[in-house]
Amino acid sequence: MAHSLRSVTEAPDAPVVAPGHTFASITDKIASVVLTRRTPLGWYATFMLTLGVSGMLAAALTYLVVKGIGIWGNNQPVGWAFDITNFVWWIGIGHAGTLISAILLLFKQAWRTSINRFAEAMTLSAVICAGIFPLMHTGRPWLAYWLVPYPNTMSMWPNFKSPLVWDVFAVTTYLSVSALFWFVGLIPDLATFRDRAQSRVGRVIYGALAMGWRGSAHHWQQYEIAYLLLAGLATPLVVSVHTVVSFDFAVGIIPGWHTTLFPPYFVAGAIYSGFAMVLSLLIPIRAAYGMQDFITMRHLQNMAKVMLATGLIVGYGYTVEAFMAWYSGNKYETFMMWNRMTGPYWWSYAALITCNVVTPQLLWFKKVRTNVPVLFVISIVVNIGMWLERFVIVVTSLHRDFLPSSWGRFSPTVWDFATYFGTIGLFLMLLMLFLRFLPMISIFEMRTLLPAARIDEEALEH
Amino acid sequence: MATVHHPHIHGLMAEFVDANALVAATYRAHAEGYRKMDAYSPFPIEDLHDALGMHHSKLPLIVLIGGALGCLGGYLLQFGTNAVLYPINVAGKPFNAWPMFIPVTFECTILGASLAAVLGMLALNGLPMPYHPVFNVPRFALASRNRFFLCIEARDPKFDLSKTRGFLETLGPREVTTVGD
Repeated sequence: MAHSLRSVTEAPDAPVVAPGHTFASITDKIASVVLTRRTPLGWYATFMLTLGVSGMLAAALTYLVVKGIGIWGNNQPVGWAFDITNFVWWIGIGHAGTLISAILLLFKQAWRTSINRFAEAMTLSAVICAGIFPLMHTGRPWLAYWLVPYPNTMSMWPNFKSPLVWDVFAVTTYLSVSALFWFVGLIPDLATFRDRAQSRVGRVIYGALAMGWRGSAHHWQQYEIAYLLLAGLATPLVVSVHTVVSFDFAVGIIPGWHTTLFPPYFVAGAIYSGFAMVLSLLIPIRAAYGMQDFITMRHLQNMAKVMLATGLIVGYGYTVEAFMAWYSGNKYETFMMWNRMTGPYWWSYAALITCNVVTPQLLWFKKVRTNVPVLFVISIVVNIGMWLERFVIVVTSLHRDFLPSSWGRFSPTVWDFATYFGTIGLFLMLLMLFLRFLPMISIFEMRTLLPAARIDEEALEH
Repeated sequence: MATVHHPHIHGLMAEFVDANALVAATYRAHAEGYRKMDAYSPFPIEDLHDALGMHHSKLPLIVLIGGALGCLGGYLLQFGTNAVLYPINVAGKPFNAWPMFIPVTFECTILGASLAAVLGMLALNGLPMPYHPVFNVPRFALASRNRFFLCIEARDPKFDLSKTRGFLETLGPREVTTVGD
């Protein structure tokens, strides 16, 4: 650890923390956003806007429960449409949070420190939004507890040979473990807030959440082991979650779904879209809160590089998918791919390739990676591209499968759009609450990055 | 007993301005024979484990047990429901189709181990703890910001209010405070 931190903090052109900071200044700067500084007007404006959009979501879902999922455009043969597209999109976005906080921790990437807290909060909001879609798609969401194995008067149990039940376990485990990981990371910072809160209410609430954390060496010993083990557990978990999500498709026999390529291709796509979303959110937030000292150009550049790398993997996935459709010699697979490229939804495939494969090639250039507005635009384009990817997989595979007599078309209704944009509102609203009430950057981990945190072992007298 | 002599005192607390001073002071106190003490810092410092003569944590074992229970529980849940209580024939697969049970078993393993890690960490640290005497020191609020504290507790057999204070003063602290109980 000492070695990697040193090499990072001493790199002349790319520090992870701007020089001149002390333990106190880091603490005060991050804590002041919540505890002392006046809440910016922009926060209120964004919060009210996203609250309104969440209200639209609530209205759309209420109408859905009253009328049934017939209000969506889903119908035979496209029984999965916007809902599953959105579900996979949101889950994928969540994956970057876990990647940043767990996998980069295990790889000792010190630069993750200033973005992991925010990315984990993003994971939680994204998984909450994701969960709404399959829940509503069941058609009778008030009976969703039937998915849970519990002894009941019908003497029936879930079918554990179905990937959809695996998905229930994967997503609920993912939500639980992400919440645990996030909360454990917060404990020392909640203690800081408890000790620095101005109001009595703040002291009581942060104090209760900090649970009496004292920062003693005994605390830290158990804490560090727990944190590291959680990172080690979250790493295979995050890979398994999107693998299981891909099983929802790959275990089915629909042409375009039934392929062994899906698990790795889905996981890479998830990380790709997640990093794009982290960039889309952090670029405006670091400017709004003046956090350029902590979320430096180095962070933005590194995230751009991860996007480029995962984007290339995803591009490779598209290539292999098309190649295998031809090479298999299976006429249904071949037709599916041809139909995907030239059929009625050709525009979605063309847009997908433009957004996900062509646009990120710009990130090869350092000029692009260091240009914040351009980076922001690219991240938005990739977000759109990754949504299109799931749309292409779901809709173009389903709408023309084996029998031409069962072919059909899908077109979304206004309720499809209201639900989708509604979840974006909910997602942003939850993040606004997070920014207002919790430390957006892990304070205690930032302290460890300072040169003053280094213990000079040779100077100690034993 | 020391506690009899100091019924209202938790211990003596020395405040340090930097991390190196705290680690050095803790080594000195340990060498001096003090054992019932704790060091407080705003971020984890591994050298303190050594300085305080701390033992290995039991947490990894707890996590292993949690993971094993999750794994076993996850598999038995599927075996019990799908092979014994409510056998369903899906595409002619065996009722106990173990390859189909791997994903849920895996997720339950991770869930069990993660819960064990968090609850085990809290339990070993004695959290939640609504009251602790060290919070009686007003400046201790800085332990979560930028200051470092060493507290020698009154229950240490070597503890003596004036001698221990004298010893702590030699370690170059910013100040030494008596911690009320």
